[in-house]
Amino acid sequence: MRATLRLVWVLPALVLVGVFVYLPLVQNLQFSTLKWDIYSGSQEYVGLDNYVKLVDDPVFWTSLGNNVLYAVVSIVFQVFGALLLAALIESIGSERWRRGLRAVYFIPSAISLTVAGLLFYFVYEPNLGPLNHALKAVGLGQFAQAWLGQESTAMSAIVAMSQWQGFGYSTLLFAVAIQRIPSEIYGAAAIDGVGAVRRFFHVTVPLVREMTGLMAIVTISGAFQVFNEVMVMTAGGPNNSTQVLGTWLYRSGFVRNNFGYAAAIATVLFAITLGIAVAQLWVTRRRRVEW
Amino acid sequence: MVTRLSFLGVIARVFMWAFLLALAVVVLYPLLWMTLNGFKTNAELFGDPFALPLHWSFDNYAKAWNRGVSDYLTTSVLVTLTSTVATVLISAWAAYGLTRVNIPLNRTLTAAILGGLMLAPTVALVPLVKMFQAMGLYNTFWALLILYTAFRVPFTTFLIRAYMIDLPREVDEAAEMDGAGRWTAFWRIILPMCKPILTSTVLLHILFTWNEYLFAMIFTSGTGVQTLPVGLTSLMSKHGTEYPVVFAGMVIAALPVVLLFFLGQRYIIKGLADGVGK
Repeated sequence: MRATLRLVWVLPALVLVGVFVYLPLVQNLQFSTLKWDIYSGSQEYVGLDNYVKLVDDPVFWTSLGNNVLYAVVSIVFQVFGALLLAALIESIGSERWRRGLRAVYFIPSAISLTVAGLLFYFVYEPNLGPLNHALKAVGLGQFAQAWLGQESTAMSAIVAMSQWQGFGYSTLLFAVAIQRIPSEIYGAAAIDGVGAVRRFFHVTVPLVREMTGLMAIVTISGAFQVFNEVMVMTAGGPNNSTQVLGTWLYRSGFVRNNFGYAAAIATVLFAITLGIAVAQLWVTRRRRVEW
Repeated sequence: MVTRLSFLGVIARVFMWAFLLALAVVVLYPLLWMTLNGFKTNAELFGDPFALPLHWSFDNYAKAWNRGVSDYLTTSVLVTLTSTVATVLISAWAAYGLTRVNIPLNRTLTAAILGGLMLAPTVALVPLVKMFQAMGLYNTFWALLILYTAFRVPFTTFLIRAYMIDLPREVDEAAEMDGAGRWTAFWRIILPMCKPILTSTVLLHILFTWNEYLFAMIFTSGTGVQTLPVGLTSLMSKHGTEYPVVFAGMVIAALPVVLLFFLGQRYIIKGLADGVGK
C-alpha cells in the first residue's frame, strides 16, 4: 500500500505523457490503415493501401528529399561550421568580445521561426527585399530574382534562412563544450609550439567529440521535423517544390481531408525519428571522453 | 600564453576578425531592417527599403497593437505562464519521486517519462486532433496548455532529475530527523536547493512556448485564442499590403524573448548545455 502511495509523485507526469504522447502514437498506427473523412466521420479499413499510395506519390519523395537536404546542409553549417566558429570565438583574448559575439549570433535563435520566416519572406521579396537590392548594389543585378516564387530557388532560400536562424544555438553549445576543456591542455599545446590549426584538429575536435555526436543527432532529428519556416514562407509551394514531410502531412490531412494518408506519413516520420533516437542512445551510452 | 606575432599570424588575425564581424552584420542587419521598417510608412518602405524612416512614429506599433496583437500577446503570456508553472511543478514532482523516494519500478518509470523526449509532436498530430475534438477542447486555451505541458515534461524532468541526483543524501536524512514529511521536505528543502536548475528550465520553457507554432496553428483555428506566432501570420494575411504594420507586430513578438535572453543568458546557456551534454 505504502509503495503504491509513493507512485503519486510520478503519476501526473506519467498520465500526461502516457495519454498525450504515447497513446496518440499507437492510435496513429491504427489510423494509418483507414480511409477517413474527418468531416463526414466516415471510416473504412483499407489495410496498407495508404502506404502503397505513399510509395507512388511523387510529392512524398520530394518531401523526403527536402528533409534530407535540410539534414545535410544543417550538418555542414550547424555542426561543422558552428564548431569551427565556436573555436574561433573562444580563441579571442577578451572575455567581453567572446560573450558579445556569442550573444549576437544567438539572437536569431531566440526569436521564433515564425518571425524569422516572415522576416526572410520580405528579405527575399523581389521588389523591396534587401537581398536583390544588395545584389544590384554590388553589380550582380542579373542574379536578382523572386527567390521564393520559383521552384529552382525556393527550397534553397528556405534552407538558407534556417541556417541563419539556427547556427547561433549550436555555436553557443560548442562554445560551452570548448570552455569545459581544461586550460592546461591548451597551455601544454602552446609550450609544444603547436599552431592554431593543429591545435584545433588535435586538441579541440577530439575533446568535444561527444558534443559533436549529440549535435549531429539533434540537428538531423530537427531536420526531419521541419514545419514552421516552410509553412510561413511558402506553405510547400510553388508546385509542391518546398514540401517537407511535416507540411505534406499537414496538407494531406488538414487541407485535403485525407487523415489516414496523413497518419501514414506520420508513421514514416516516426520510423525515421525512432532510428535517430536509437542512434542518440548509442552515442550517449558510449564512454565519456576523459581528461 | 605567448603569442608569436609572425606576419602570417597577423594576416590570419585580420581575416578572422573580418569574418567574425561580417557574420555579425549578416545576423544583425535583417533584424535592424525589420525594426526600422516598423517605423516607416508604406510609401517609404517601397520607395527605398534601405533608408532610415523620415519620421520616427509609433503609429504602426499602435495599429498592430489594435489589430489583434494585444489579444495574441495576452494569449501568449497566459499560455506561457500557466504551462511554465504546470510543467516545472509536475516535472520537479516527478524528479523528486524518481530520485529521492524509493518508488517501485523506478528504472522503468524513469524510462517511460524520459522516453517521451524522443517522440516528435508531428507524429502524434492526427490522433491528438481527434482526441481534443472528442474532449471538446479543440480550439481552446486548454488544448495548448495541456499539449505544451505534456510534451515538455520529459525534457524538464530530465534536467531537474539530473540536478537532484547530485544533491547530498544527508539533506533528506536531516529533514527526516526533524520530523519533516515528504511533502514538507519537497517544498521547503529540496525545491529551494534546486533553484539554479529551476531557473534554467523556466527560461527554456518560456523560450519554447513563446515561439511554438505547430500546435498553436492546428489547435486554435478560430479567433480569440491565437498566440503571437499564429496571430502574426493572420495579421500578414489580413493586412498584407500594410507591411510596416506587420513589421511592427514582428518586433513586438520578438522583443520580449530577446530581452529575456540577455537577462537570463547565464541560465539559458547552462540549461541548454546540461540538456544536450548529458
